[in-house]
Amino acid sequence: MAVNIHLEVVTPEKIVVSEEAQIVASPGSLGEFGVLSGHTPFLTTLKTGMIRYTDANEKEHFVFVSGGFAEALPDKVTVLAESAERRSDIDLGRAKEALERAQKRLAEERAREDIDFNRARASLERATFRIRIAGLS
Amino acid sequence: MATLKDIQLKIAAVKKTRQITKAMNMVAASRLRGAQTGMDAFRPYAGKFAEVLGSLAQRAGEETNPLLVPKEDVKNVHVVLCTSDRGLCGGFNFNLIEKANAFMKEKAGADIAFSFTNFGKKGRDWCRKEKLQIDSEHLGVVGTSFGFNIASTVGKNLVDAFLSDTYDEVYIVYAEFVSMARQIPVLQQLLPIPPIETEEAEESAAAGAYLPEHICEPSTDALLADMLPRNVYTQIYSALLETSTSEHAARMMAMDNATKACNDMLENLTLIYNKARQAAITAELMDIVGGAEALKG
Repeated sequence: MAVNIHLEVVTPEKIVVSEEAQIVASPGSLGEFGVLSGHTPFLTTLKTGMIRYTDANEKEHFVFVSGGFAEALPDKVTVLAESAERRSDIDLGRAKEALERAQKRLAEERAREDIDFNRARASLERATFRIRIAGLS
Repeated sequence: MATLKDIQLKIAAVKKTRQITKAMNMVAASRLRGAQTGMDAFRPYAGKFAEVLGSLAQRAGEETNPLLVPKEDVKNVHVVLCTSDRGLCGGFNFNLIEKANAFMKEKAGADIAFSFTNFGKKGRDWCRKEKLQIDSEHLGVVGTSFGFNIASTVGKNLVDAFLSDTYDEVYIVYAEFVSMARQIPVLQQLLPIPPIETEEAEESAAAGAYLPEHICEPSTDALLADMLPRNVYTQIYSALLETSTSEHAARMMAMDNATKACNDMLENLTLIYNKARQAAITAELMDIVGGAEALKG
């Protein structure tokens, strides 16, 4: 059996995941990266997206993350994110509402490249990922 | 001297007040637990964040990020004032406002303009009364269970304003929760970010000598640039948590004192009541005895 690594996903509000995993794949800002036991120390920012990991019982889990960074060590992966949710905790209704709101705002403000535009785009991204992750089986 | 009836009414009134203060005490106690849970939940994040930031700052050139560089000409000073929305918590808000006020007096110069971001109604009301410029206000946050997003939204605005030279320095005033009986108002500089303390760096060096060999992606400087604004949000969030916890603790103490004062008053009033009752009985007896004597002739 492969050696496991400890995965921790922490937000300011709570510890979302603290579990042994066989492999962890996270959305680094320069591309997705996978971590197995014995990884070189590594630090990166994360994109909005999905962390996938396989737990000790071969079960695959999905976690939504947004706004954070990850630190990989030989025996440990720590993800610090502004928001993170396990797939089962995603509020699909809220995400869909957020998606609609963001789309509407983007349609209105397409002409302007200002803060609100960026904010709407970020919120669109978050909503899209939440919905996509919630839809995975 | 008050009549028996008056004293009875007074006793009933004080008892009712005591009931209310007792209830408020218990509500504050349960909210305090909630707030402390929030603080506990935040600690792992804050600790790890400080550790990583400390080690990054050590490696990156400190003057590379505009958020770290003090401005030469400081004209616009911004203060984030955290107070509670509601009163009945002793000198809690007064102390916070005094702290902000003292800071303004100390800082005041020829052409320094102050502006405020208010968390909490009490601070906002004070700013209005003093005709200070309020740039944004957030009620219903302190003392409730709020999320990180409020801190990041406000923090982002502050960082943007700092970068666009709208603000030259940003400070935050909040109540640090020391213990149940002690909450001290604290003034902290948010922007420019003060040099990251060496003790943190020492700690992290002690915690793991591995840090210097980290591979960083995209680059150390880029990581730092991403983390510094987050550091501001984290500090705001932490300040809000501290203030909330402190508010509930202060209210608990205040209500505890009020309940004790009610008890003292009740004791006194009961004493007065008994004395008055005894006096009335004695007077009645005297009357009867006097009447009997008169009848004897």
